[in-house]
Amino acid sequence: MLGSYPVAGKFGRYGGKYIPETLAPAVEELESAYEKYKNDPDFQKELSYYLTEYAGRPTPLYFAKNLTEHVGGAKIYLKREDLLHGGAHKTNNTLGQALLAKKMGKKRIIAETGAGQHGVGTALACAVLGLDAEVYMGAKDVERQKLNVFRMELLGAKVHPVQSGSKTLKDAINEAIRDWIANVNTTYYLIGSVVGPHPYPMMVRDFQSVIGHEVKQQMRELQGKLPDAVVACVGGGSNAMGSFYPFLDDQDVMLCGVEAGGHGIKSGKHSATLAAGSQGVLHGMFTYLLQDERGQVMETHSISAGLDYPGVGPEHSMLKDAKRARYAASTDDEAIEAFVTLSRLEGIIPALEPSHAISYAMKLAKEMSKDDIIVVTLSGRGDKDVQVVQDYLDSKNRGKKKKHAK
Amino acid sequence: MQNRIAARFDELVSRDERALVCYVVAGYPDLKTSEEAIDALVVGGADIIEIGIPFSDPIADGPTIQAASYSALEKGVTPEKALRLAKSVRKRHPELPLLAMTYCNILVRVGVEKFMAHAKECGIDGFILPDMPVEEAGEYSQAASKLGLSLVFLASPNTSEARLRNIVKSTSGFLYLVSVYGITGARKSFEGYTLDAIRNVKRLAESKIPVAVGFGIKTPAHIRLMAGAGADGVIIGSAIVDIMSKSSSKKKMLKELVDFAKSMKRACKK
Ligand SMILES: Cc1ncc(COP(=O)(O)O)c(C=O)c1O
Repeated sequence: MLGSYPVAGKFGRYGGKYIPETLAPAVEELESAYEKYKNDPDFQKELSYYLTEYAGRPTPLYFAKNLTEHVGGAKIYLKREDLLHGGAHKTNNTLGQALLAKKMGKKRIIAETGAGQHGVGTALACAVLGLDAEVYMGAKDVERQKLNVFRMELLGAKVHPVQSGSKTLKDAINEAIRDWIANVNTTYYLIGSVVGPHPYPMMVRDFQSVIGHEVKQQMRELQGKLPDAVVACVGGGSNAMGSFYPFLDDQDVMLCGVEAGGHGIKSGKHSATLAAGSQGVLHGMFTYLLQDERGQVMETHSISAGLDYPGVGPEHSMLKDAKRARYAASTDDEAIEAFVTLSRLEGIIPALEPSHAISYAMKLAKEMSKDDIIVVTLSGRGDKDVQVVQDYLDSKNRGKKKKHAK
Repeated sequence: MQNRIAARFDELVSRDERALVCYVVAGYPDLKTSEEAIDALVVGGADIIEIGIPFSDPIADGPTIQAASYSALEKGVTPEKALRLAKSVRKRHPELPLLAMTYCNILVRVGVEKFMAHAKECGIDGFILPDMPVEEAGEYSQAASKLGLSLVFLASPNTSEARLRNIVKSTSGFLYLVSVYGITGARKSFEGYTLDAIRNVKRLAESKIPVAVGFGIKTPAHIRLMAGAGADGVIIGSAIVDIMSKSSSKKKMLKELVDFAKSMKRACKK
């Protein structure tokens, strides 16, 4: 049963705890605290209170009628995590972990962020729960995502630009880990996806599984059956794992993770870790990585900063090998097209990350019958991305005009 | 056959000396200079040399070693080139204990045993892998013991007694005690907990395995402090990289390294 992993901290051969010894006691403490509170009705009640009253759960499962008719295939439903407080699924995890940290008596919370979504999610959870938040963010991302930096600061978090390495998400994680090593006795590291050493991939999956559980129940109520396919984008893999997990043992439900194909896999400029990666160790876990032939982790590319990560959650690596989930990639161009299509047809501006999933779902729907049902996790809203999309479309148009002029 | 690391510690114990372990990033500032730096440190009195094989994501390293590793990678230093450097050092120093310090992924990419076997051919006596705790050690320990290589495990001031016992049992060559809560990088001073940790680890290690203390050590006074608490050796990294990055000329830098190692070695001799 795939749903019973991790076993001894591993998803098959993936996962584990490849961490400096200084962190071992902290990770053990976290493991036992999580075991305790996971099954504690009071903790669950409190978390459920914040998820519903504060963050707005359950989120709707919306039938995208116009999109479905436009594509002309299977019915497409959208799981509206974009309507969750904070604007993305990240809040499910940040509320869960921040509450856990509070129970553990940790007052200082650190986190990493790429585009800033997880940083914002951490900052708001810490604000409402009365904790101190410090967020590491690659210096390049700080430049690219100024608005989110200001949002985090408004919410009371301190943002540390990271100048090391490639100055992006992976280096922000490195720096957060280094901070954690130096302040291990007082600090809680609130990781933003199903990555890192055990128990993080399991714990973040559990907190995000509220997505899949709701989908299952809502689908039963709406259609009296399970969906035929569940599609979600994969950066580190948390919204996908949260969507997939409750369906792992429902063999008839096809599970599709969609990575960022960037300029195309062949170009080498992408972040499709499962499609093009190889096994290795990064950020405390054994998993698929984008790396060179000598084991140096590579810089990745995606138009969506949230998918721009050279690793992936170890549970996805297991699901790939077991062929329980299939993994595809959508390119920058395809994601932008889906972004525009959904905005026009449904009046919903999706984040660029789930735009990758929408693009793939549209292809998939065409191959399936009209009675089939696809659920796409719309992991976040696109307000943060409008500038990027505008610049992208402007430069495309300029390119076209130049061609015409010739 | 006893490997060079154990032999060196035996020899030092018999002379009532602490081991001076010196770390150099392979290929920083360039391959030739890093090799000359190793020679200078040995001339000054280094007992054991640690060759850092640069990795893109060194989570246990502070700004000094990060920057040096990054610079080496930018200049195209590969694990293979780092091992060739080891091979060349080995030719000139047949008895010098040589350790490779890097991160798990560098080995995993090639295959743990295959990488270790190749490193051994190049004259490496053992490995230090700061992101490999006892839980994940199986494959690494097996390969190392099959090849007769040391696998040096790290312990930290907050390591529990149960874990420490496991680490003492697993480590070979010596036990690397991390002096502080933190990453590598030279420090001005140490707190009492560091000395408590040394005493505690020495008590558990009994006389089975030497204990060397590293992270932040920079002055002879630091060494006397660690030795006073019972350390069998000290490991110096960032302070050496600092000298290498700050000197105005190569000649001056190499001379500074000799003098630095000399003064540090003196403190190792009581
Ligand atoms: C809206 C949105 N979706 C998806 C992701 C990717 O993360 P994950 O794969 O962990 O869900 C992000 C990350 O920032 C995000 O902001």
